[in-house]
Amino acid sequence: MASIQYILKRLALMVPTFILVMIIIFLLVRFLPGDPAVAIAGDRASDADLEAIRERLGLNEPMLVQFWLFVTNTLQGDLGRSILMRTPVTDVIFERLPTTAFLTVYAVVLSLLIAGPLAFVAALNRGKWPDAVIRTVFQVGLSMPVFYIGLILLTFLAARLHWFPVGGYGDTFGARLYHLFLPSVTVALYTSAIIMRNLRSAIIEVLDAEYVQFARAKGLPNRLILGRHVLRNALISTVTLLGLSIGGLMSGTLVTETVFAVPGVGRLMLEAIFARDYPLIQGLTLTFAVLVSVVFLLTDLFQSSLDPRMRLS
Amino acid sequence: MTNDMPILEVRDLCTTFSRGGVALPAVRDVSFNVGKGEVLGLVGESGSGKSVTLRSILGLSRRYGDVTGDVRWMGQDISRMPERKLRQIRGRDIAMIFQEPMTSLNPLLTVGMQLTETLKAHTDLGRAARRDRAIEMLDHVGIPSAASRLEEYPHQFSGGMRQRVMIAIALAANPKLLLADEPTTALDVTIQAQILDLILSLADELHMGVILVTHDLGVVAQTCENVAVMYAGRIVEQGSVRQVLRTPRHPYTVGLMRSVPQDVPPRTQLYSVPGTPPSLEALPAGCAFAPRCQNQTEACLSARPTLETISEGRAAACFNPMAIAQGEVA
Repeated sequence: MASIQYILKRLALMVPTFILVMIIIFLLVRFLPGDPAVAIAGDRASDADLEAIRERLGLNEPMLVQFWLFVTNTLQGDLGRSILMRTPVTDVIFERLPTTAFLTVYAVVLSLLIAGPLAFVAALNRGKWPDAVIRTVFQVGLSMPVFYIGLILLTFLAARLHWFPVGGYGDTFGARLYHLFLPSVTVALYTSAIIMRNLRSAIIEVLDAEYVQFARAKGLPNRLILGRHVLRNALISTVTLLGLSIGGLMSGTLVTETVFAVPGVGRLMLEAIFARDYPLIQGLTLTFAVLVSVVFLLTDLFQSSLDPRMRLS
Repeated sequence: MTNDMPILEVRDLCTTFSRGGVALPAVRDVSFNVGKGEVLGLVGESGSGKSVTLRSILGLSRRYGDVTGDVRWMGQDISRMPERKLRQIRGRDIAMIFQEPMTSLNPLLTVGMQLTETLKAHTDLGRAARRDRAIEMLDHVGIPSAASRLEEYPHQFSGGMRQRVMIAIALAANPKLLLADEPTTALDVTIQAQILDLILSLADELHMGVILVTHDLGVVAQTCENVAVMYAGRIVEQGSVRQVLRTPRHPYTVGLMRSVPQDVPPRTQLYSVPGTPPSLEALPAGCAFAPRCQNQTEACLSARPTLETISEGRAAACFNPMAIAQGEVA
């Protein structure tokens, strides 16, 4: 198992990452076209009104002062007030984050449930028809945009057949599973295609490994060879891939939450960008950066729990 | 030599792989017997089909190619036995150790787990008993402080120690036959002799037969009772080690014998059989060895010599066998 020391070291290494992220976020938002004051007050606002708004938001301060304020406030847990919502950014994010987290975890679990068994079926039937069918179907899934699949599911399963709700999300755990099923499937179709391809080729490679031949020569039952010897080894590269694709998964939720009207941080991000809500964009981007870093760390910890050769490094 | 009924009989074993629609005859018409407690040497260059022969006996080649012929274990044909039944024989009756100790142990599982899972598959021992047996086996193959090393992973062992672990795993369920696929090739020279001694002394102690695959006739001379020389997938000469090494009939056997350095003065060039083995995709029409053979004639290029019995248990496949010169000693 990874030591506490290792985790602390990894957390310390995140500090420079975040400094860089904050600089980028700050500059990026300042160079977005459009004026937040106009976005708030509307096109017909007088110059005096706009000036008053800019003054209130601190947008008239020099860039460096604005950046200094941004960094010091962030470190104190203050991400400013959302221009759009008129409430603290942290409150908005913490209110919406659990929904997206639920959606993402749900999608990952579904992806594994879909991709895992099919990758095994494809790998064990390499070159035969089940392999061909599975690979073709996933290839199609991979080449269609996420929002398009989402719209198709929404139209048929929700709007026409009424099997699933068209939007929103429930209050209880069960209701959430039900409400977020279609959005999760939409995201999962894409990620499971990636996982399936990777896991399939990893399984094929591991099946030919000498230690698997040796396991067969030992006379172990087939399910033990596949479960204990093949799967564990094949999972190592797939877990890395899953960790790396978490960024893509989050952009996936951005589109999906919009299509399915799920009140998560993905949709919030889109709203914030349209409204030029600087503090909210900054806060959300920072939140994404933190989440991605944490997921990377978790991936590495999981890896080292799988692979003894990666421990204590 | 044992005169009892052989424990393993291999008849006309053929294994064919296919690559890109081209058939690769990796093993052709291989037949031999192994008696109880017998050590049989299987010799030849890389790619001559020795390893594939071993894997085909255990049914490991099935999923990669086409295997025909009979493999009889204690009189029972196992070549067409379904996997489910065959796995009762693998590891319990016939065990196998591989060439590469670095890649043949699962890097993610502890040595103890890899040992005890074999015991779990083949014995009724309980958890604690399996652990005791695992420690006993590691101890037996010469791994110091065995009990404390059960929880360690393969990468924490040296090459020689890993090969000992593999031997311990293979022998854990008391097999009657051990298939040893070049067990010392990947090891340091200083360790090679130790591992070989270990295998042979354990075989002797457990009355276990061994098929020892090697490319070193010197090793065969020291350790085996009988030997089969393979070339391009076929046995070209077989018999007792004493006879084959004293009066080799196949020119290839002579070439292999000359390749073992013996009493050579320093700085003499070592002998090697000229040329390289043919590729399996393009085997010559006649004798596969003809292009490299000093005794080659017209007949060798057009027809393939069959393995002819010379005397009891002694056979060679050559149109122009080496003369048995008076006083010629290998």
